[in-house]
Amino acid sequence: MASKFFDHGRLERNISLLGIASLIVVAIGGIVEIAPLFWIDNTIEKVEGMRPYTPLELAGRNIYIREGCYNCHSQMIRPFRDETERYGHYSLAAESMYDHPFQWGSKRTGPDLARVGGRYSDEWHVQHLKDPRAVVPESIMPTYPFLAERELTAGDMRDDLTALGRVGVPYSKDDVAKANADLAAQADPNADASDLLKRYPKAQQRDFDGNPARLTEMDALVAYLQMLGTLVDVDAAKPQEDQKGEQPR
Amino acid sequence: MSYDALRHFADSWGLVFMGATYLVLVGCHFLPRGRRHSRHASTMIFQSDETEADHG
Amino acid sequence: MDRLVMRTGGWFALALIAFAAMLAARDGGFAVHMGIVSAIALGLAVYAMRSADYAGFARGLLKMPADQGKYYDDVIRWGVIATVFWGLAGFLAGLYIALQLAFPALNLGIEYTSFGRLRPLHTSAVIFAFGGNALIATSFYVVQRTCRARLFAPKLADFVFWGYQLFIVLAATGYLLGMTEGKEYAEPEWYVDMWLTIVWVCYLIVFGGTVIKRSEPHIYVANWFYLAFILTIAMLHIVNNLSMPVSLLGSKSYSAFAGVQDALTQWWYGHNAVGFFLTAGFLAMMYYFVPKQAERPVYSYRLSIIHFWSLIFLYIWAGPHHLHYTALPDWAQTLGMVFSIMLWMPSWGGMINGLMTLNGAWDKIRTDPIIRMMVMALAFYGMSTFEGPVMSVKAVNSLSHYTDWTIGHVHSGALGWNGLITFACLYYLTPRLWRRERLYSLRLVNWHFWLATLGIVLYAAAMWVAGIMQGLMWREYGADGYLVYSFSEVVSAMLPMYLIRAAGGLLYLSGAIIMAWNIGMTIAGTPLRTEKPMRDAAYDPIADKPLIAAQPA
Repeated sequence: MASKFFDHGRLERNISLLGIASLIVVAIGGIVEIAPLFWIDNTIEKVEGMRPYTPLELAGRNIYIREGCYNCHSQMIRPFRDETERYGHYSLAAESMYDHPFQWGSKRTGPDLARVGGRYSDEWHVQHLKDPRAVVPESIMPTYPFLAERELTAGDMRDDLTALGRVGVPYSKDDVAKANADLAAQADPNADASDLLKRYPKAQQRDFDGNPARLTEMDALVAYLQMLGTLVDVDAAKPQEDQKGEQPR
Repeated sequence: MSYDALRHFADSWGLVFMGATYLVLVGCHFLPRGRRHSRHASTMIFQSDETEADHG
Repeated sequence: MDRLVMRTGGWFALALIAFAAMLAARDGGFAVHMGIVSAIALGLAVYAMRSADYAGFARGLLKMPADQGKYYDDVIRWGVIATVFWGLAGFLAGLYIALQLAFPALNLGIEYTSFGRLRPLHTSAVIFAFGGNALIATSFYVVQRTCRARLFAPKLADFVFWGYQLFIVLAATGYLLGMTEGKEYAEPEWYVDMWLTIVWVCYLIVFGGTVIKRSEPHIYVANWFYLAFILTIAMLHIVNNLSMPVSLLGSKSYSAFAGVQDALTQWWYGHNAVGFFLTAGFLAMMYYFVPKQAERPVYSYRLSIIHFWSLIFLYIWAGPHHLHYTALPDWAQTLGMVFSIMLWMPSWGGMINGLMTLNGAWDKIRTDPIIRMMVMALAFYGMSTFEGPVMSVKAVNSLSHYTDWTIGHVHSGALGWNGLITFACLYYLTPRLWRRERLYSLRLVNWHFWLATLGIVLYAAAMWVAGIMQGLMWREYGADGYLVYSFSEVVSAMLPMYLIRAAGGLLYLSGAIIMAWNIGMTIAGTPLRTEKPMRDAAYDPIADKPLIAAQPA
């Protein structure tokens, strides 16, 4: 096996060489596949309407993650006729550009949720989360009655927005400073939301859980579900081939 | 270098080059001269000076 | 005396810090975790203070032979016990969540017992607790024997083992309390990830140190696979878990990556957790224990070298096949698919190498239930590494993705390959580590084999049918041009399949309980079960010699 150029026998006797060689060999694939995603500009086509989550939506999203919803629900509609008819326009990369972490999912024990926003009423969501079988008899989803009973204790949302800012979500200083006020205002139908709406276009302001007296985890989760897939006007997006200055993939 | 040219290369000569390199490496590896060495290596786990007391 | 004070004081200081962190915690979950850390540190402080020989006590209780030999085996004995324990816990959790899908009332309406929190508990328990302990224990066993050297830094090895158990407890309780990073198989939060990193580096030091001080010039191939597994898991774990904590006194963190980049990083990690944790590490087990149990050298040592380099090079590229037809760029999807298909070759090369090791000793499948288990494990390895490339083809994936077919595929690999090879290794190790002449009962091994095999067959068959049915029903159009089935109709069509799957899981769990009994009784020692021997033909020791000379090398 020994050759002048390369002697495998040496690798078989030297753990450091073997370890370094293995590490190089395993690193290649990841570097070639992952690194370009950060600098090839057509990885994420720019679309109108994407904005970071409002503090209330973010709190709802954190509940979504906490309860492990991603174990059964995807948020990634593939470009097939049956999927787009069932769930709506296929998902665009830009629609999850502020998702830390992504929640595309890998299994549809329940239906896809990428565009569930606006499809059902708030009342339906509240009822469904409390007891799924009350509205969908065939459902095998767990019940989440405690969400409606529990105060939303999201902590200081300024910290959350700051942390997200550090990993690249473009929250303004104003957004961070007003995070806690925004959180309360979005679920309060009587609050003045003009400032919130200016900074977070298309944000929905109302009482979500049917109990205006309290700000519950249900409020946050329903607010999140109701905004999913509603930000981008997908029909306005130009087909990729028409976009100037970019190579089709 | 455009994406198209790169993709074209990857799908044609790049692939041929990688495949050929791989086959050459595998082929060299199986040349008969390494046989004795690998026989020793594979039976090494049986040449045991191990006794029951070594399971301690 | 000074040392004793120092040690006690150190543990006590750690307990105080953790306790302070608990009081200042931003959320309940973090408080519970810091509480656990504090309690353990306090316990250790008390233990150090009293300086009593608790280790000796535990060894007496677990009938561990005194450490007087050439090798350091105490930590491996603990590893065997931990593997059995976490295996049972993981299988039980799996059975429970399988039943939850058939009977949703079992979610109990309590947050701690809902499917969304128990599912990560199940996956982590079987992969990282059961599989991880098996890997750590066997790697310590194999590296000492193949290097003919005592384990490097035995105290550090003890730390690796117990540190890893702490990681498991923190991860598992975290899931139940809803602390998760929300990325599959990488759910533990940032500080638990950091702890695991420390433990893992120590693991590398112990393993590498033992290889360095070996008295055998050649590094046996099993150690290569173990080394690649340890190094690559370190790389994957660190990169995929990069995240920004909201506060240093809270459990919540946000992933450093977003959207597309996060997705590909996650599945680069996720697929190679399969590739390096569940494949490379377990192949290392195969390359040592199959030849040892069969008493024949590996079929082709040179094929094993090709196997090693091809496998580790190709596996890392395959991640994007989890993201077919998603918003991931098309070129990455294509690369993932091409490499997944190529991966078939080294996988089958390895399987053939393992199976052909039995060349000339095929009768052992009939006479030795442990060999039978190993062969079945390799057969399932071959099947699932064939199924995997098929499912990575985009056209197939468009049907199989998001369905239970994926679940079936994972379990034919996990239950069939990882489970059975681990059981076989445990059966090999226990009598040797506790110095028994043999296992308590070989007939119980046979029972375990058949229960497990039948369980896997039920499981995989049910999930194939469920997955393909799901995929076809979702995309079915009627003559009127409309989708035929609503989502809920597809859900209710799954019920019989979910019941069969749960039955398969129950059989598999029953087999594992039998194993726990068998291993427990072997450890307890006397008397070993008197039973009719497994083989019906008269044993001929002359015919049972290893045919080393006739083997291709």
